[in-house]
Amino acid sequence: MNGETPISIRRLSVYYGDLQVLKDVSLDIPARKITVIIGPSGCGKTTLLKSLNRLLDTAEGVRVRGQVLLDGEDIYAPRTEVTRIRKKMGLLSQKPQVLPMSIYENVAYGPRLHGLKSKKELARRVEHYLRVAGLWDEVRDRLREPASTLSVGQQQRLCLARGLAVEPEIILGDEPTSALDPQSSQNVERRLLELKRDYTVVVVTHILRQARRIADHLAFLYLGELVEQGPAAEVFAGPRDPRTRAYLTGEIS
Amino acid sequence: MKPLPDARLNRRKRTDRAFRVLALASAAAVLLSLVIILGAILWKSLPALSLSMLTRTPKGGFYLGKEGGILNAIVGSLELAIGATAIAFLLSLPLVLYLNVYKGRASKTAVWTRFFLDVLWGVPSIVYGAFGFIVMLALGLRASLLAGMLTVALLEFPIMSRAIDEVMRLVPRELKEASASLGATRFETAVKVLVRQSAPGILTGVLLAFGRGVGDAASVLFTAGFTDRVPGGLLDPAATLPLAIFFQLGTPFPEVRERAYASAAILTLIILVISLAGRALGRKATRHVVK
Amino acid sequence: MRLIRDVLARRGMGAVTTLPGLLVLLVVVGLFLKSRAILAVEPLSRLLFSSAWHPLKGEFGLLPFISGTVWVTVTALVLALPVSILAAIYLSEYAPRWIREAAKPVIDLLAGLPSVVYGVWGVLIVVPFVGGVLAPACGVVSSGYSILAGGIVLAIMTFPTIIHVTLEVFATIPGALRDASLSLGATKWETTRRVVLRKGAQGILAASVLGFSRAFGETMAVLMVVGNVPAVPRSLFDPGYPLPALIANNYGEMMSVPRYDAALMLASLVLMLIVLFFNVLARWILVRVERRTR
Repeated sequence: MNGETPISIRRLSVYYGDLQVLKDVSLDIPARKITVIIGPSGCGKTTLLKSLNRLLDTAEGVRVRGQVLLDGEDIYAPRTEVTRIRKKMGLLSQKPQVLPMSIYENVAYGPRLHGLKSKKELARRVEHYLRVAGLWDEVRDRLREPASTLSVGQQQRLCLARGLAVEPEIILGDEPTSALDPQSSQNVERRLLELKRDYTVVVVTHILRQARRIADHLAFLYLGELVEQGPAAEVFAGPRDPRTRAYLTGEIS
Repeated sequence: MKPLPDARLNRRKRTDRAFRVLALASAAAVLLSLVIILGAILWKSLPALSLSMLTRTPKGGFYLGKEGGILNAIVGSLELAIGATAIAFLLSLPLVLYLNVYKGRASKTAVWTRFFLDVLWGVPSIVYGAFGFIVMLALGLRASLLAGMLTVALLEFPIMSRAIDEVMRLVPRELKEASASLGATRFETAVKVLVRQSAPGILTGVLLAFGRGVGDAASVLFTAGFTDRVPGGLLDPAATLPLAIFFQLGTPFPEVRERAYASAAILTLIILVISLAGRALGRKATRHVVK
Repeated sequence: MRLIRDVLARRGMGAVTTLPGLLVLLVVVGLFLKSRAILAVEPLSRLLFSSAWHPLKGEFGLLPFISGTVWVTVTALVLALPVSILAAIYLSEYAPRWIREAAKPVIDLLAGLPSVVYGVWGVLIVVPFVGGVLAPACGVVSSGYSILAGGIVLAIMTFPTIIHVTLEVFATIPGALRDASLSLGATKWETTRRVVLRKGAQGILAASVLGFSRAFGETMAVLMVVGNVPAVPRSLFDPGYPLPALIANNYGEMMSVPRYDAALMLASLVLMLIVLFFNVLARWILVRVERRTR
């Protein structure tokens, strides 16, 4: 891993057809910290996040200009292996998306794809990452049940375990608590705070208080433009751009 | 923990590409089958296709290869399908209006009615034929234009109802309610707002059912009869195009079989015109509906 | 006055609403009443499972026809299922939007072609192909009018049904679920096979059942290419004689032979009940799928 900035976004512009969703965004994401991207809904936060693991490829009529460097390698270069890029990042979506299989299979899914065959090793891995996600004690007796039988909060932690099981370096969260009740949200937030010891975390949110609770580094996105970024404490204490100030005080939302 | 292996990537990518190609080939095969069917029929029909096919009725010995055309069947099919479509429309429209005006989307009546309509849609046309035959005997009719119309109407009814229903469901609730709140009774709401709002879509559904009616053979086999003359009245037997094709193909004479191909081409063209007209209207429908 | 009209309209329209259910019932009851003449003198088991079909001697075993129908239908599905599901996968998962949009009218046209036209095409192309190419290649002598020819024609006729329903099922699967699999490093095909197909399994089952019931009742197209010999077929290259073809072919002469009409009505009833069963099954599955995705 490239010590300080595992991801570096350089002059990234994204168009949906004729509509420019991201305008010349440049952002360095520090290693083993939680970077929170805030901004009103529809400002391009999710697009920015999806551009990091090339999930934008699945949408139609999307054009990307600029670079996203992952450990120094441009992920939009023609020769880049997209599955390898994605393996380096775990994604938590707005609504937890459990795969249509058992709890155990959900976590084993990724390692299996990447060629892990040994049953023992798989079982060890599943248990390990379920523990890391703080779910093991709740599901240890029902690993073979369909994942859809879990509560939404449990499902989100299952998705976390599933993402971690492919050994990513980076965790991406797309408003990962927006579908959860307060207690489950708190649980997920706590996991993220623990995980930043080993992982680089990027979270998109429109909940300012959540940003205050977890952010080390803060970026404010407004109408597709990266207005301001910096250490969270500094930005919260003294935003330089009037638009950031307006957003932080709730004048624009 | 050991790091995850990463060795199978090339094989996985090959599998991915292989299935992509396979899926593409399958889709191409499906789309091409239409081209092949239309192409084969039009090509084979060319030698026998002539104006007299369209404008003349069969003369003596037509099915042995002598003179004549299939005007009787073309007119018979169109008359029969128009009548059947009219009957089906008189049943479908009130049914669909009732479902969309009086009943909520998820009401029991609506769910069950749609369920039975779907089931009816799946009933084979030969069964409608047999049932139509029973009804015909019960009514004291012989095989005739009228009996054929009634049978085909049964076949068209579920198709038309479901098609119109799908369009009317798109009319937003607020629009129905807005009219009601201005003091209109629900009946007026129904007729004025729903019908006007979904008129092009209704026509598309009618044309869809009409196309089925023109093309169906099994249901008219025992109920419409067959004749070499253009039907004169509702109680006369009527020739139909699909049956004319079937009978001509059943003869051992090459000239007659060629005419069967030509007749099939004519039927196909009629169906294509109806289908494209329905499609054009359908596109218009989605443009004018207030969203 | 306006209110009275409203009430009247409501009553009248309410009455029409009972029509679909009533019609299903009427068809079954009507066919049953008309087949009583033969059900009264012959045990049902012999009618359904005897292969002796000699109307002039009063023997009406439907087995050759039932097995003919099953052979043709199963052949059609074996051919149609992989192709239609893969085609649906391509259209839903891989194809750019313009191709998907362009494919829809083609599939609709395919669904709208009259069965006689399929039959003519089968006689023109499929029968000679089976008799002249496939049968010699397999070392068999066949006229081409065979179960296989019927199966091929039927397979193409069921494409639209299966593709249409499968596409609708795939459309209910959220894109975010696919993204979840992709973001774990799965390839597109792995995602399709392990997530999309699995999630849509029930819907695909329903699509297959619908295709099956559509193929089961198809009359004219099959009748024209399948040979119509009343014997239980032994191979794909043998001719067969499906139920609908039996009904269609013998209507003219049935009046002169005692109980012949009742036997044919029974054949229609059997056909109706089987198709009804599969239709209800498919709709039931689809309703469940829809409820679950909501």
